[in-house]
Amino acid sequence: MAAEVMLMNEIEATAAQMGIDLNIDFSSIQLPPGENCGIISDDEDVYHDDQLELDSGFGNVIVVDNLPVVPREKFEKLEGVIRKIYGQIGMIKEDGLWMPVDPETKKTLGYCFIEYNTPQEAELAKEKTHGYKLDRAHIFAVNMFDDFDKYMKVPDEWAPPEIKPYTPGENLQKWLADEKARDQFVIRAGTDTEVLWNDARQSKTELVYKRAYWTESFVQWSPMGTYLATVHRQGAAVWGGANTFNRLMRYAHPQVKLIDFSPGEKYLVTYSSHEPSNPRDANRVVINIFDVRTGKVMRDFKGSADEFAIGGAGGVAGVSWPVFRWGGGKEDKYFAKLGKNMISVYETDTFSLIDKKSLKVENVVDFSWSPTDPIIALFVPELGGGNQPARVSLVQIPGKEELRQKNLFSISDCKMYWQSNGEYLAVKADRYTKTKKSTYTGFELFRIKERDIPIEVLELDNKNDKIIAFAWEPKGHRFAVIHGDNPRPDISFYSMRSTHNLGRVSKLATLKGKQANALFWSPGGRFIVLAGLKGFNGQLEFFNVDELETMATAEHFMATDVEWDPTGRYVATSVTSVHEMENGFNIWSFNGKLLYRILKDHFFQFLWRPRPPSFLTPEKEEEIAKNLKKYSKKYEAEDQDVSMLLSEQDREKRRMLKEEWERWVGEWRRAHEEEQLERQMLRDGEASDEEEEYEAKEVEVEEVLDVSEEVISFEE
Amino acid sequence: MRPILMKGHERPLTFLKYNRDGDLLFSCAKDHTPTVWFADNGERLGTYRGHNGAVWTCDVSRDSMRLVTGSADQTVKLWNVQTGTQLYTFTFGSPARSVEFAIGDKLAVITTDPFMELTSAIHVKRIAKDPIEQTEESMLVIKGPQGRINRAVWGPLNRTIISAGEDAVIRIWDSETGKLLRESDKESGHKKTITSLTKSADGSHFLTGSLDKSARLWDTRTLTLIKTYGTERPVNAVAMSPLLNHVVLGGGQDASAVTTTDHRAGKFEAKFYDKILQEEIGGVKGHFGPINALAFNPDGKSFSSGGEDGYVRLHHFDPDYFNIKI
Repeated sequence: MAAEVMLMNEIEATAAQMGIDLNIDFSSIQLPPGENCGIISDDEDVYHDDQLELDSGFGNVIVVDNLPVVPREKFEKLEGVIRKIYGQIGMIKEDGLWMPVDPETKKTLGYCFIEYNTPQEAELAKEKTHGYKLDRAHIFAVNMFDDFDKYMKVPDEWAPPEIKPYTPGENLQKWLADEKARDQFVIRAGTDTEVLWNDARQSKTELVYKRAYWTESFVQWSPMGTYLATVHRQGAAVWGGANTFNRLMRYAHPQVKLIDFSPGEKYLVTYSSHEPSNPRDANRVVINIFDVRTGKVMRDFKGSADEFAIGGAGGVAGVSWPVFRWGGGKEDKYFAKLGKNMISVYETDTFSLIDKKSLKVENVVDFSWSPTDPIIALFVPELGGGNQPARVSLVQIPGKEELRQKNLFSISDCKMYWQSNGEYLAVKADRYTKTKKSTYTGFELFRIKERDIPIEVLELDNKNDKIIAFAWEPKGHRFAVIHGDNPRPDISFYSMRSTHNLGRVSKLATLKGKQANALFWSPGGRFIVLAGLKGFNGQLEFFNVDELETMATAEHFMATDVEWDPTGRYVATSVTSVHEMENGFNIWSFNGKLLYRILKDHFFQFLWRPRPPSFLTPEKEEEIAKNLKKYSKKYEAEDQDVSMLLSEQDREKRRMLKEEWERWVGEWRRAHEEEQLERQMLRDGEASDEEEEYEAKEVEVEEVLDVSEEVISFEE
Repeated sequence: MRPILMKGHERPLTFLKYNRDGDLLFSCAKDHTPTVWFADNGERLGTYRGHNGAVWTCDVSRDSMRLVTGSADQTVKLWNVQTGTQLYTFTFGSPARSVEFAIGDKLAVITTDPFMELTSAIHVKRIAKDPIEQTEESMLVIKGPQGRINRAVWGPLNRTIISAGEDAVIRIWDSETGKLLRESDKESGHKKTITSLTKSADGSHFLTGSLDKSARLWDTRTLTLIKTYGTERPVNAVAMSPLLNHVVLGGGQDASAVTTTDHRAGKFEAKFYDKILQEEIGGVKGHFGPINALAFNPDGKSFSSGGEDGYVRLHHFDPDYFNIKI
């Protein structure tokens, strides 16, 4: 220490001698961009805190209290019992169990410390054994070691919480009031994430916000477009604002993998999966449900991956995402999870199970919510080798009464499709043929809003056809099906109404031999894009279902994704980085006119910013549709102005470029002529330099003066 | 007009060159035998036999009497165009990548690849009027650039040499002393290997094509970037129309990846751009492999393309082409 002080004194002395001012004004120091010289910015304080918790190294230690106080002789026996209990839950570290002994009485003190390999195991142990009854007198009290610190710091006297003055927030929905009524979208390419306006009138994009390394894996809009969520190692964050994107809230969840918003944007569900320390165990899953605005954890779920992996194939590592499906429309009142022989339905008032118990359904494998009403459609497969038929039932929440049920026989698989207004439910049922060697497909169509929920059975004209895709018209009564076994399948359109009878399904048309394998309805209905992705290399057909005619066919070579903008005016098709070449996106008008294309290497994501539902009443919407001419006049005039201006600018720009070029060429020609003599010398005086101006050219001009046609008749 | 498909090579094309009168077309390929064709109807006139390796490049003298070819067999040969006889052979220690006659045809610039312990180099040779007096010695050898030098050409009045290659930098050298005069700017320049370089008819500017999926137009004297043409495929070959303000870019995905994808994925079209406005005008399809070589007829009324597929396609423009307005 002394040496150091000396050193400092020396430095100061020398500095004084040399007349250097050692009092540095820190605010005057400019760090080079991207360099923090090891000083962490204030902005990262929250993340830093999280880090500290892990760094303390005691995250995997628990304290078990209320153990029996035993003398020395019984010490080993007690230790054995504790090891047995806690060794089941996770791997206790070598020397990870420590039971202190009172040096005076030589008796234990009634508590012990246990150190696990991972914090997850410690947490699980705490959860499972807190309140464990060893015997009547000894009920375990288990705490995380780190928590002690926290509890110790609680001040003894209650202080009233500080009330912060109210500051009005930004208008998070300002983008909806864009003067040109444009829509936004987010793209992710390389390391950059950009939010852009789709300025279709000028056939280009306009940047709203751009940031490199904005997210570590993906971005996602909230369902009504208010927030943009980013995913980081430490958790998720949401961004928004009136004119730009500021961070609005952070949700700490280490190693978060997946996120999901509730339909009304009130809640955010985050998911992570952690490797167990014992490789034989299943992964540990942590799910948190946050309140989006306050950032508070409303409920967390922890368990092994097995508990969350029931039903539904696919997803990440056996978990079908979203684990929690939100129901009951935009109110975010209920969410439900599929369990073994049950569906657990929670309500958001209390974040607990409705009636404190799950909905018991033997062998249920799938369920889905109506998009608008608190109704669950669930599917139970065949049991007992066909003795007990498969069934689909509709269950009302919170009453849990069954509204309708349909038994189905010899079913191999079943999928449920809700229409966006919750008016219809289509159940696609794959049935075995009599030989059980192959399957065929039929549809059960439920009319939810009608009395007694009538069910209609629909089979395709050729019922052996394989169903490739199915899609309801949003807010409409029609649906489209791609079916067939050929390389070029057929596409059929059906309506839930027929001309005379509102209660019958009728076929509108079948398009034969199309190169399509995916259906994309316009959000406004009426128009549909029939897309041939993957094997069809990006064939696109823009189809008008009202008129049953093709508006345009086009191709976006290698396209992987198709997405309508939320207004149904534009379609974006993109080639993401699953392909090496052609990365980028195209913007089309609803009727299939290519407006512009942008190429970006390493293109990962294209997402339109969703819009909240319209505030207009259906009557008002109808009125606007009726008097569309009147309303559209203004916009047509604007369109014309813009296109005039654009072509004017374009001409101007071209003129400038041409002039610039001419000037440059002229300058060069002068130099070239000056050098002419020297060039002749180099060619031994050969005069015919390449000044071709003197070259005689033979020009042949052919002019058609007249064309006359005569019909000459032959006589046999 | 329907393109004329010239089948004569057995291996991928590497280079195409018209003579000054525009009546002959010389083609080089990996099959050892440079070939000369009638530029009008695509009839084969003859071959130049003698190389023992892929022929990378060639040039023809102004009077169409001499042909010079550079080959992977580490030689550069001088030929009599009319008879096809070898006049002289320069030998090097590594493959010759590009050759060009200077104005007056008394000098030639040759680039050689890095090979074994040899680095790449630019050689200047004196070309004697009478082949009997021809000597092997180099007037100048320039070394320095890293990696292959894909092309070196003469600047105005033979005073400079312009080179470009794998290190993506364009350099201008003094042809007397071998001193480096200028280097292209790293910021505005190419980001990947420059594959091709072609001068305008009057030598005032030149066009480079690169694997960074772009072609760039430069001022020959100041080495300032004038234009950039962006495309979606690596550019292997470039050409400039002597008649109209058009540039043509040819290329396509790497030959090794061709068989794994749909033929349209390869982008084997020759793409036309407006030289001044930098806008795409159109494309000419046909090859089923990447385009390796492009050349414009000096009259500007036809052009030819040579592909990895081993064919030369000779295109005479339709009358519409001369009236394109954008």
